[in-house]
Amino acid sequence: MSEGVLTAGAGHAARHADYLEEPKGLWSWLTTVDHKRIGLMYMWSVLFFFLVGGIFALLIRLELLTPKQTIMDAETYNRVFTLHGAIMVFLVIIPAIPAALGNFALPLLLGAKDVAFPRLNLASLYIYWTGAAMAVATLALGGVDTGWTFYTPYSTTTGGGVSLMVLAAFVLGFSSIFTGVNFIATIHKLRAPGMGWFEMPLFCWGMYATAIIQILATPVLGITLLLIVMERVLGVGIFDPQLGGDPVLFQHFFWFYSHPAVYIMILPAMAVISEVIPTFSKKTIFGYKAIAFSSVAIALLGFLVWAHHMFVAGMSLFAGVIFSFLTFFIAVPSAIKVFNWIATMWRGSISLEAPMLHAISFLLIFTIGGLTGLFLAALSTDVHLHDTYFVVAHFHYVMAGSNLIALLAGMHYWWPKMYGRMYNRKLAAIASAIIFVGFNLTFLPQFVLGSRGMPRRYYNYLPQFQDLHVVSTVGSWVLAAGLFLTAAYLLASFRQPKGMPANPWGGRTLEWETTSPPTTHNFEGQPVLQHGPYDYRPEPAPVAVKELAH
Amino acid sequence: MTTAASSAHAHAEQGHTPFLQHHFREMSQQFDAAKIGMWLFLVTEVLLFGGLFVGYGIMHARHPEAFMAAHHHLDRTLGALNTIVLLTSSFTMVMSVWAAQTDRKKLLILFLALTILCAGVFMVVKYFEYSHKFHEGLLPGKYYSHKGDTVPGQFMFFSFYFMMTGLHGIHVLAGMVAIAWLLVRAIKGHFSSQYYSPVEITGLYWHLVDLIWIYLFPLMYLIS
Repeated sequence: MSEGVLTAGAGHAARHADYLEEPKGLWSWLTTVDHKRIGLMYMWSVLFFFLVGGIFALLIRLELLTPKQTIMDAETYNRVFTLHGAIMVFLVIIPAIPAALGNFALPLLLGAKDVAFPRLNLASLYIYWTGAAMAVATLALGGVDTGWTFYTPYSTTTGGGVSLMVLAAFVLGFSSIFTGVNFIATIHKLRAPGMGWFEMPLFCWGMYATAIIQILATPVLGITLLLIVMERVLGVGIFDPQLGGDPVLFQHFFWFYSHPAVYIMILPAMAVISEVIPTFSKKTIFGYKAIAFSSVAIALLGFLVWAHHMFVAGMSLFAGVIFSFLTFFIAVPSAIKVFNWIATMWRGSISLEAPMLHAISFLLIFTIGGLTGLFLAALSTDVHLHDTYFVVAHFHYVMAGSNLIALLAGMHYWWPKMYGRMYNRKLAAIASAIIFVGFNLTFLPQFVLGSRGMPRRYYNYLPQFQDLHVVSTVGSWVLAAGLFLTAAYLLASFRQPKGMPANPWGGRTLEWETTSPPTTHNFEGQPVLQHGPYDYRPEPAPVAVKELAH
Repeated sequence: MTTAASSAHAHAEQGHTPFLQHHFREMSQQFDAAKIGMWLFLVTEVLLFGGLFVGYGIMHARHPEAFMAAHHHLDRTLGALNTIVLLTSSFTMVMSVWAAQTDRKKLLILFLALTILCAGVFMVVKYFEYSHKFHEGLLPGKYYSHKGDTVPGQFMFFSFYFMMTGLHGIHVLAGMVAIAWLLVRAIKGHFSSQYYSPVEITGLYWHLVDLIWIYLFPLMYLIS
């Protein structure tokens, strides 16, 4: 029987206390092992740091409004862009979707009561907070100006808070690993009865692929960061050419994690989009297995492309050709997904709600980001474009644009499930348009700037670049306006009464079978899967009969 | 029409112990999840050490004479002794798991205690090795101050020696804490053939710690 129908029909009469209400008190939140509460605490933490990193971004863009000094000196500028990068990568984008939305939604989608290791999950949150506090504390030590990539030998020879920042990233790695371990064990062992691997919602496949990368790549970053600390404290010599070491080895170690890490950022975004598009197209996802396996393919191929960050760092041409080819190759599974999503929308009955509008923004922005990646994968063009604004624009399209717009899509999609309340849907639609315009206004000009030779991370620039820099800076204000509008109507939704039905969007996955918001144990009893996650056939009539009627 | 309340009979059928957590349907599911979790954790451990092994390999290839000369400062006898001690502890750990699985409480306590003892012997031997190195100035990186070297650059070997054996030593200590926790729970009588997953997964961890030493020993002590 469907609880969803019951609850929507019977109103609040027989309602159990939901997970937000029971148990009460701050202490009950800080000691909770409920995946939904942990997910929400992750979400608000991530949003807080998104605000901090975003303010740094606005400062960077404001400084670049004019050549030479606008609002800060060059030293400050270096620290600001480093903090912007480090906060956005390690505190926002990497945990954004898996730790916040994944924690909230994954057990619900699987029909489970919780993740496999609830206490480990809580530990992961506290480790995240510890790492975040360490990262912020570097400000007291004079900040860090190495860029978020911590390249040696600069990072091993300069003062300030480099050791603390690097240790913060090391600590944050553990929170990421714990989430990954939890998700794989949960997906293997806690699927509802009747849910085989190919009856899982695609969100779960995306989380699974993400978790593979979190587990395989993060420890390598961990040891690399520890080696930086050891180099600074003990002078071990491994990355120091004066002592017989090799700074390029650091780059290999670093990108062996950090390139797969960009797939930690994009795979969860794709996972969200794979849920949103069928729900708002009211149509079975096109190419389920192709999307599922392409996630895993991206996770595995992602480990074989790291050296494309280093084409000009001193590498044999032969190795360069191999890495270039592999990088082109990884575009294939990404493209498979995009085509499948578009085919899902084809002749669906599309409703342009906010989550769907963000999903469509994602398709456009990810496609631009993905295709410009191919320019950088090609050896000859990369020599020209390396370390220019073209690279900055490219990775903002795939990391910032795609990830954060998918985060917004997911938040708008599951907001009624999280809080049982609805935001102002008209404002949400307007905000999604403003964000889309603002994002493109900020970063499209940067492709042009880069192709004309504007180098990244530079404080000053030639006067002929100013027009495009002004467009980009104005774009950042539009983007910020869209995001503040989003924050405003989401917060205003708390003044609405709780009372969303179980399934406001007409989704077919299991989280829509339980109340909005769910009770602490998610479901009344153990749900048993009786139809596929994207089964939009009208229930009483078999498909064949329906088609005859046309 | 998709969900069905079916948890009641699932709980009634299972003769479960008080250690079944609420979100698992049955003990076997909880046990499998714990094992998957530990194996995944071990993968991360392998990759953590993997970075150091790769770094060691590359630096060894670049400075073969320095590594060759430096490794003569290590005491092979003590290294071999520690290898035997750790292998023995792996054996006693296996016996602990067997004792837990077959409801032999006293043997479980005995074998867990023996495992901790072996780990302790390993750490004591390591302590003497380390203090000997400190005394001779065989220290990592810029603290290296050994006199009378004929081959330059030996500090690099000791950088890796201390980082790798140090990280391994931390893992041995963590294992000792985990096994001591098992010992307390074993004395309280928590483990039985119905519930022994903490013993089993700690055992998995302990075998990995041994395995890493099996690689470290020839890499550090037996360069030729």
